Amino acid sequence: MSNLLEIKALCKNFGGVQAINQFNLELEEGSIVGLIGPNGAGKTTIFNTITGIYNPSKGQIFFDGKDITGCMPYEAAQWGISRTFQNIRLFSNLSVMENVVMAGNKNVKYGLVDAFLHTSKYRREEKNLKEMAMNLLELVSMQEHADAIAGSLPYGHQRRLEIARALATNPKLLLLDEPAAGMNAEESIELVEFIRQIKEKFSLTVLMIEHHMDVVSSLCERAAVLNFGEKIAEGSIEEIKKDKVVVEAYLGKEG
Amino acid sequence: MSTAYLLNLLTIVCIHLIVVLGISVLTGFTRLFSFGNAGFMSIGAYTSALLTLRLGVPFWPAVLVGCLAAGIIAYFLGSITLKLKGDYFLIATLGFGECVRVLFSYIEPITGGAKGLAGIPKHTTFPVAFISALIVLVLTWTFIHSKYGRSLAAIREQEIAAEAVGIKTSGYKKLSFVYSAVLAGFAGGLYAHSLQYLSPDIFNLTRSSEYTITVVIGGLGSITGSVLGALLINLLPEMFRSLSSYRMLFYGVAVVAVIVLKPNGLCGYKEFSARKIFYWFKNLPGKLRKKRVEQKVKVSENAEKGDMQ
Repeated sequence: MSNLLEIKALCKNFGGVQAINQFNLELEEGSIVGLIGPNGAGKTTIFNTITGIYNPSKGQIFFDGKDITGCMPYEAAQWGISRTFQNIRLFSNLSVMENVVMAGNKNVKYGLVDAFLHTSKYRREEKNLKEMAMNLLELVSMQEHADAIAGSLPYGHQRRLEIARALATNPKLLLLDEPAAGMNAEESIELVEFIRQIKEKFSLTVLMIEHHMDVVSSLCERAAVLNFGEKIAEGSIEEIKKDKVVVEAYLGKEG
Repeated sequence: MSTAYLLNLLTIVCIHLIVVLGISVLTGFTRLFSFGNAGFMSIGAYTSALLTLRLGVPFWPAVLVGCLAAGIIAYFLGSITLKLKGDYFLIATLGFGECVRVLFSYIEPITGGAKGLAGIPKHTTFPVAFISALIVLVLTWTFIHSKYGRSLAAIREQEIAAEAVGIKTSGYKKLSFVYSAVLAGFAGGLYAHSLQYLSPDIFNLTRSSEYTITVVIGGLGSITGSVLGALLINLLPEMFRSLSSYRMLFYGVAVVAVIVLKPNGLCGYKEFSARKIFYWFKNLPGKLRKKRVEQKVKVSENAEKGDMQ
């Protein structure tokens, strides 16, 4: 299969700090790949560079065969890259429903005149949008909370809502930034099932940052390990667990 | 109060309402604070007044050209300044408003300078102002309840996430800024042909800030709130007019009371709807019954406790 995402020799400096150095990654279409590493290794920086929040200092990013290096965040979303955030970023004063509907905006075609006059085109598209949002809420089993204010939801629900919102943009590539953060073992198992399910249903390619190794090992075929902005290992989970450099990065050198 | 005086007052209220609705979109829904919208109003007012007075252009085309002028200038100003964050954008708009005021005072041969521009034909009667305000209100309502209004709310809530779901925030911010400027220009045109006299100092910083205060008092993120705010801010001083010099004191107290008692404004993030009020009254008997039952349960619980003791 072809590569959906290709990162070539990516570098990102913040002043004198080299956050990412010569990072390479290839993501096959339909795969789930993990991105792991100690805190401050530069994992989220990579996400931010892919989605256009940061401009890379050097290197190139290809998505679906197209060079997307240095694109704007909204362009990345429009081409089919969707993401969640490590520290949840919902539209917290708006309802759950509105949060999901918002992400469908980019597929709505009506113009200013339709909006001002509420033409039949406006009504039809708005109806489709609401239906799409309701289906997604059912998928994450949150339909009964549709009118609740997003900021008032419990933490686990907020995480799920953020995934629903990411799906509403109709992505090809989903970037999950620590989806299992703050979850207990039972919730993590549920999450693994859920991610597997949406991956099949929407034929997604998933790149996820995660610290829970049980989540990574049950979901991902492959993982890349990052330390101090450099990739120190890549391969199947079994290989990585045995890798000496990886163990050293997490636990320190043996005396 | 004579009828003519009252109609004049209501005309002015309608004109203010048009500007306030523009600010409501800009500040209430997009959370961009502008202290320069009186500048756009000034541009609309002078453009249309000069057209009708000096060139004999009919009223409506002149007002439309005024709107257009304000919109185009807002587009270019927005392109330069909307990259600024928060307070810095506000300061840029503040500077713009003052620039317009000073500029119109200086180009005396055209604008009449600080002496003002007199003899503008009267076209804005109460019906004209009222129908204009009504149309603007409906259009703003439909605009806010479309993908455009939603995208603006997304920018207000969480700009990074808005970008991440594919909303081009820079474009929508500009749209919101231009929308508020066009409405200010429109109101300016109506204002000029109602007052029949213009001076650059009418559109000063105080005027700009008053509009923003109106929107904040009415409640951010609420169109009906802005309407309520505009009515209150403009009519309160009139209501207290019999108290002569004390009226501004009462006005101040009323404004402070709103800020203290309703920090989100009169209807922050909520729209006034007849349906909600209808259901509130419809459910009232049920609520009262529930309350009575709860009280009875409490009483009987207390009685049981008493028995046990």
